[in-house]
Amino acid sequence: MPKEKLNILESRCVPLPLENVDTDQIIPARFLSATSREGFGENLFRDWRYDKTGNLKPDFILNNPAYSGKILVAGKNFGSGSSREHAVWAVYDYGFRAVVSSFFADIFRNNALNNGLLPVIVPEKFLQDLLSMVQKNPETIVRIDVQNQTITVPASGQSHFFEINPYKKECLIKGLDDIDYLLGLKDLIASFESEKNR
Amino acid sequence: MGKLTLFDKIWDSHVVKSIEGGPDVLYIDQQYIHEVTSPQAFNGLRARGIPVFRPGKTLATADHNIPTTDQDKPIRDQLSRNQVAALAENCKAFGIEYFGLNHQKNGIVHVIGPELGYTRPGMTIVCGDSHTSTHGAFGAIAFGIGTSEVEMVLATQCILQPKPKKMRITVNGSLRKGVTAKDVIMYIISQISTSGATGYFVEYAGPVISSLSMEGRMTICNMSIEMGARGGLIAPDEVTFRYFKELPSVPEGFDWNSMILNWKELKSDPDAGFDRELTFNGDLIKPMITFGTNPGMGIAIDDSIPVPEDVAGDDNASFRKALDYMGFVPGMKLIGHPVDYIFLGSCTNGRIEDLRAFARLVRGRKKSPNVTALIVPGSKAVERQAIEEGIDKILSNAGFELRQPGCSSCLAMNDDKIPAGKYAVSTSNRNFEGRQGPGARTLLASPLTAAAAAITGKITDPREFID
Ligand code: SF4
Repeated sequence: MPKEKLNILESRCVPLPLENVDTDQIIPARFLSATSREGFGENLFRDWRYDKTGNLKPDFILNNPAYSGKILVAGKNFGSGSSREHAVWAVYDYGFRAVVSSFFADIFRNNALNNGLLPVIVPEKFLQDLLSMVQKNPETIVRIDVQNQTITVPASGQSHFFEINPYKKECLIKGLDDIDYLLGLKDLIASFESEKNR
Repeated sequence: MGKLTLFDKIWDSHVVKSIEGGPDVLYIDQQYIHEVTSPQAFNGLRARGIPVFRPGKTLATADHNIPTTDQDKPIRDQLSRNQVAALAENCKAFGIEYFGLNHQKNGIVHVIGPELGYTRPGMTIVCGDSHTSTHGAFGAIAFGIGTSEVEMVLATQCILQPKPKKMRITVNGSLRKGVTAKDVIMYIISQISTSGATGYFVEYAGPVISSLSMEGRMTICNMSIEMGARGGLIAPDEVTFRYFKELPSVPEGFDWNSMILNWKELKSDPDAGFDRELTFNGDLIKPMITFGTNPGMGIAIDDSIPVPEDVAGDDNASFRKALDYMGFVPGMKLIGHPVDYIFLGSCTNGRIEDLRAFARLVRGRKKSPNVTALIVPGSKAVERQAIEEGIDKILSNAGFELRQPGCSSCLAMNDDKIPAGKYAVSTSNRNFEGRQGPGARTLLASPLTAAAAAITGKITDPREFID
């Protein structure tokens, strides 16, 4: 299915200065029984966001009205753990369009790119500076430019060139989908099969 | 001589096309699916109005979201029931073989794939579950994928993947008594952390790995993902070939002998180029246990929990948060700490060898009264074999009960949840916050360590029970 296009993203950020945030925190397994892709945002970070009786925990960052935006800034090794794409759906459904961290787990990064969520890898120093800036001033704006592969913090003048696979970059900018691409290769795949006897 | 790794050889022979500056189009020989990560993929096919391209190359099972008692009755939880029913319907509509609840071939996806002979050396294998790395034990490239990718494979039998870097982990020496494959992999993860192999595909080698059974090798490859690796694999050898020759049930029309001849070629060249090489000494490994909330937070069972100053600087906040969650303090010893639950099972340690090890230790002893034990076979076949070997009797004489197969407490989607604040020694693969139920405190360990704790009601060094 065609995805929302993503090229320039300018937004405030939500800081989550924790490392190794795993997919079980992003979306606990007990919310995986749904058979559609929608609605997972409600349970994003469920057990950090709500207490046992379902009330919002005031000390969790998503519940702090001072912070908002389409960019989540998180500590090293974000998205480790299970392959559940529900984690990406939850982050996206909540309203984020990019996650900034110094390190992402492989499967999460793949899943994110397959769903129009941009993982931006920045050096640890850049990340720490950004985290403390946003924590001090929730109104800090970050500008992400997919075409030029840059993430910039206008207020501090800091900027970083981030890596992204050229194919994935094009998919994001054009809102294209891997499956459309693969479906176009069906003949090639069939001849590969007969050649290799698979 | 070439310089190719085993990984290169399998990968390269499955590349349909390389995209300039982009990922490879990789052909997939076998896909496994289950109820939790497949429904949205089938919805996608319907929305596009396309069929499954090669239905014979996908196999389905219900495992993640099912109860482990009364499997002959309808599933009580409505959402779970719907999800399992949706899988059955989807498989029927799209022509996919499905081993549902109560089917004699049902079980955890990574347990049945190998035991039914679907997983074989040299293959590319994917599944919407990160522990797909398990199948690498047979010398296959196997890795977990997301639901969009499940849809890709259903639609085209291919996936778009950048080729990972290659790492080799060699484990020299030999294992001491009471030390199992689970301890080996937990030790490695504790040394290199949960992101130590991110971006890599790992080949395991060395005398300790060669000495392991296929079950032990599956345990090792299974947890590759816990150090961030895309997957892990082990070159097939005589142990692998014997496994196939002895398989009780195999897909029709297979001639193992001629296949084995081809499989003998599946190994890394002597001077193969790995991007990174790590070596460990198996003699130094002791029974391991985790104390924190990721699988890298592991120590030898008789060690003390580290103090934050000894832990990599910037990780301090997460470290303290983890100890708080677990109710532990830095520097404390775990031996003797009370335990409430035991979980023996999962695709890491729910195979027959694991049940045998557990039974051997508890035989003639009694379960501690303050412990609740969940003993869950990985598949129907494992369950049958346990009964055949009298393991169920040994267990019941010691006060344990053998449940029915499924993922169970590994991810606690069903009723097998550990209550908040309770301590569980678990043979599964993840100790994340809430993994085994909201507030549950998980201590990962081997089946032997789980058995020792089940008997004493405390964290106990299993070597005390082994002569
Ligand atoms: S037992 Fe656990 S890790 Fe294995 S397939 Fe089931 S949920 Fe995944």
